[in-house]
Amino acid sequence: MTDVIKSKKSEWLTTLPSLVWLLLFFAVPALIVLAFTFHTHTPNGGVGPWSLSTWRDLVDPDYPVIVWKTIRISFEVTLWCILLSLPCAYAIAKLPKKWRSIVAGAIMMPFWTSFVVRVFAWKALLHPDGWLQACYLTWLRVSEWMFNWLPEFLQKFFIAIGFASAQKVDPMLSTVLDSEAAVVLVSVYTFIPFAVMPIYSAAEKFDFSLLEAARDLGAKNFYAFRKIFIPGIRQGIISAILMVFIPTIGSYVIPQMLGGTECVLIGNKIFMRAMQNRNIPHASALATLMALAVLIPIGCAMWWRRRQEVRDKKRLDLRTAHLMTGGEAS
Amino acid sequence: MREYGIIRAMNNEFLVFDHVTKRFGALTAVNDVSLSIKKGEFFSLLGPSGCGKTTLLRMLGGFERPDSGRIYLEGKDITDLPPDQRRIHTVFQNYALFPTMTIWDNIAFSLKLAKKPKSEMEDMVDSILEMIQMTDHAWKYPSQLSGGQKQRVAIARALVDRPQVLLLDEPLAALDLKLRQHMLLELDTIHDQVGITFMYVTHDQGEAMSLSDRIAVINLGKIEQLDVPAKIYEAPKSRFVASFIGDTNFFTGEIISVDGDYCTIKTEGFPMIKAYNDKNLAIGQRVDLSVRPEKIRVTHKPPHPEQGAGINVFPAKVQDIVYQGVYTKFWIKSQELRIAAIKPHSRFLLDEEAITWNDDVFVWWHPDDGYMVEVI
Amino acid sequence: MKRSYVSAVILAIVLVFLYVPILFVIAYGFIPNGISMSFFNAEGEFIGFTGKWYAMIFSGDRRLEALLESFWLSLTIAGIATVVSCVLGTTAALALHKWKSKLQAIHHALVYTPLIMPDILIGISLLMLFVACCVDCGFWTILIAHITFCVSYVVMTILARLQDFDDRIIEAAYDLGAGPWYAFFHVQLPILMPGIIAGGLLAFTLSIDDVVITTFVNGAGTNTFPTYVSSMTKHSRNLPAVFALSTLMLLFTCVLMGLSKLIVRKDNIKTKGKQ
Repeated sequence: MTDVIKSKKSEWLTTLPSLVWLLLFFAVPALIVLAFTFHTHTPNGGVGPWSLSTWRDLVDPDYPVIVWKTIRISFEVTLWCILLSLPCAYAIAKLPKKWRSIVAGAIMMPFWTSFVVRVFAWKALLHPDGWLQACYLTWLRVSEWMFNWLPEFLQKFFIAIGFASAQKVDPMLSTVLDSEAAVVLVSVYTFIPFAVMPIYSAAEKFDFSLLEAARDLGAKNFYAFRKIFIPGIRQGIISAILMVFIPTIGSYVIPQMLGGTECVLIGNKIFMRAMQNRNIPHASALATLMALAVLIPIGCAMWWRRRQEVRDKKRLDLRTAHLMTGGEAS
Repeated sequence: MREYGIIRAMNNEFLVFDHVTKRFGALTAVNDVSLSIKKGEFFSLLGPSGCGKTTLLRMLGGFERPDSGRIYLEGKDITDLPPDQRRIHTVFQNYALFPTMTIWDNIAFSLKLAKKPKSEMEDMVDSILEMIQMTDHAWKYPSQLSGGQKQRVAIARALVDRPQVLLLDEPLAALDLKLRQHMLLELDTIHDQVGITFMYVTHDQGEAMSLSDRIAVINLGKIEQLDVPAKIYEAPKSRFVASFIGDTNFFTGEIISVDGDYCTIKTEGFPMIKAYNDKNLAIGQRVDLSVRPEKIRVTHKPPHPEQGAGINVFPAKVQDIVYQGVYTKFWIKSQELRIAAIKPHSRFLLDEEAITWNDDVFVWWHPDDGYMVEVI
Repeated sequence: MKRSYVSAVILAIVLVFLYVPILFVIAYGFIPNGISMSFFNAEGEFIGFTGKWYAMIFSGDRRLEALLESFWLSLTIAGIATVVSCVLGTTAALALHKWKSKLQAIHHALVYTPLIMPDILIGISLLMLFVACCVDCGFWTILIAHITFCVSYVVMTILARLQDFDDRIIEAAYDLGAGPWYAFFHVQLPILMPGIIAGGLLAFTLSIDDVVITTFVNGAGTNTFPTYVSSMTKHSRNLPAVFALSTLMLLFTCVLMGLSKLIVRKDNIKTKGKQ
């Protein structure tokens, strides 16, 4: 029976539906995208003969700036999400059991309204006459004031990476709508539940008596939080980072509706090239770049984790070997 | 040796493993095992975890197929039969009750598959529910039962359609001590009631000892010893069996003289020891002498000469004392060896003054109480 | 204790942050003036609430025809995509759980990669496929796209459930005489059902909410609710109707969730009552 159930034939039968579907509609399209990057485009929106010209066009000074901006904004959004969701997850996990699922549900509930509708609501909230505009201007003033305190080389560095602008704040021109800040704010709003959930589910499994043990051994609260709690929920943090970073890299609805002309990201460029200019090879090349921007960090993370695992295992093997020889000697 | 199983099978042996081997990659889980089990027997496979006993059971259940060798049941080769075509049922370690079915449906599962008529099925389920005293719980779900109740349901589910063999895979491992002892008695009663062959896998020597007609002690995929419980305890065939079943003291040495039924062993870092030479071993043979702690006496004074001239007596010093309620366990150092000894709490056996730490004492035992195992 | 106090305050702030826009979504559904999107007139005077958008929705007003049509299309696509992705996802999860061969390594990679790919990449690559095959985009292409990105999420949900699943239970079924089909339908499927339902719910929410992938593959004239809304300009006269419809959806989901909680609780009481 085991041989019948575990046979190759039944394996193929159970695997085939999803395998074929994903090959047809995920793997093959990905290869087509890759293939299109090595074509020229025709004026009527089609694909021309094989050529490397598309990749050469990507040197266009616009593109690297956009790619860098996308990655920078994704980092900012991820950082904010993680910083906010760590204490949130901790607080939820510390709640009495009955309240935990209620609050966790409350975190997810905004998702029962349509994403686009929520972005529309933000658009109305960020209206230039609204109170958020005043907050934004104050924030700009404070950050400008802080920026001026920095040493000059740091100022230059921040301007170079696009973290600050060389221009003075002009209250008439600085509107919160159509600004980078609006994109970051709404992205954090959209993705924070995706960061809280994995961290919370890791924190829920976390053994809080470890924190008490650390306190008992003389650790301060924050020290215990940093040294025991954070490493204990590392897995949750990693998946939270991925859950936020990946969609932000690819986001295009938020910058399109709230970023105006100041905040155009790769996603918007892909959409423009594919749907408006009908330059399919260019869109494909940008998509390939975006895939790399996602795959390279994830690949690094996986490589690092595997290395860590191998190292842990080696250490364990060494230790057991040591114990065994030590045991024999005594 | 190929004929072994065939001959046994033709002689109407009930259940026969004939040179069965099973490998998982580089690991040989079961290594050329042959054994034969009688009808109605309570047979135990006893060994440390990872010794291959569960693999042996799973091959009998039909979940694994041996790499070589055959398995016969009542003269029929069942090696390649799938599990649903064997009338062999298993009681799994964590019960494996179907969580989405009630207790009644769980028990009726095999009867439904056998397409038993409804009234007969109801009678069978109800009567077995009565046997395990779970009639009141018939409409509960497994998650609402305690560990012991789940265990009884698992047994009932496997027994209800009267299988030829019932396999029990560490069925009591998940229960606490009190419940385990209770279930031991219950299992014994059930076995007597149904008269079905039980094959019981465990790493707990106490369970195996108290239940089994015969025990096979398994280590590293091989049967070390197959015997009745008393023989396994009193006359272990190897150092492994002696140390796995109960506590024991080992003295390793060489036979230097033989005197009738007895011999003298010269041990390393310890004086000469006399031992009963039941195997007629020759001078020069290296042996492990096993002496169980409960056979060793500890006293302040040496034994009276009348108590026997030939007994082993050694001066020693008390190192550790562990009070265990039923008895007290002593760890005593004599020369370079640490010896364990057990003393029951009985007025007759107690010394006039209690033994405490660092006391100088004598340890002594009768040569008949040691058991020799050859060192190969 | 100071630490948990600080974290509780941050949690409260985040919850407020999450709910303020939702409150505005509800409020905007009662705005009288669809053009200025304000409760105040040009002189800064409050002009009150209105229920006219709700009335328009329930009467199926002609001015909202396209909006309501897109809404029904979204529901249809989400429904079909959920069913198909549940079937595909269940078989895929079973295969991934049961076998550990090279084939499953490839299978696993194929199931897993869509999860780590931004939506827009799935959208554009499917668009390229349809362009390359000269397929006209419309209902079917949207459906295919939705199934494709839902399957992976369903598989992951069911696999998580399978991880807690004791394989001995299936062995017990074989052991008691069940064949593979009987064991699957009578033992394994009922146990997996909560996982399949959870995966289906997730697929439904993802599908009904998706805007990115759909914009790439919907073609001209076919709009789901999110793409229709995002194509409405700020100056559309009927914007409050969108917020009203969203409020209704929110209400509907709340009621549904409340009901399911109630049913679960009742079920618990029932089974406990039998003790």
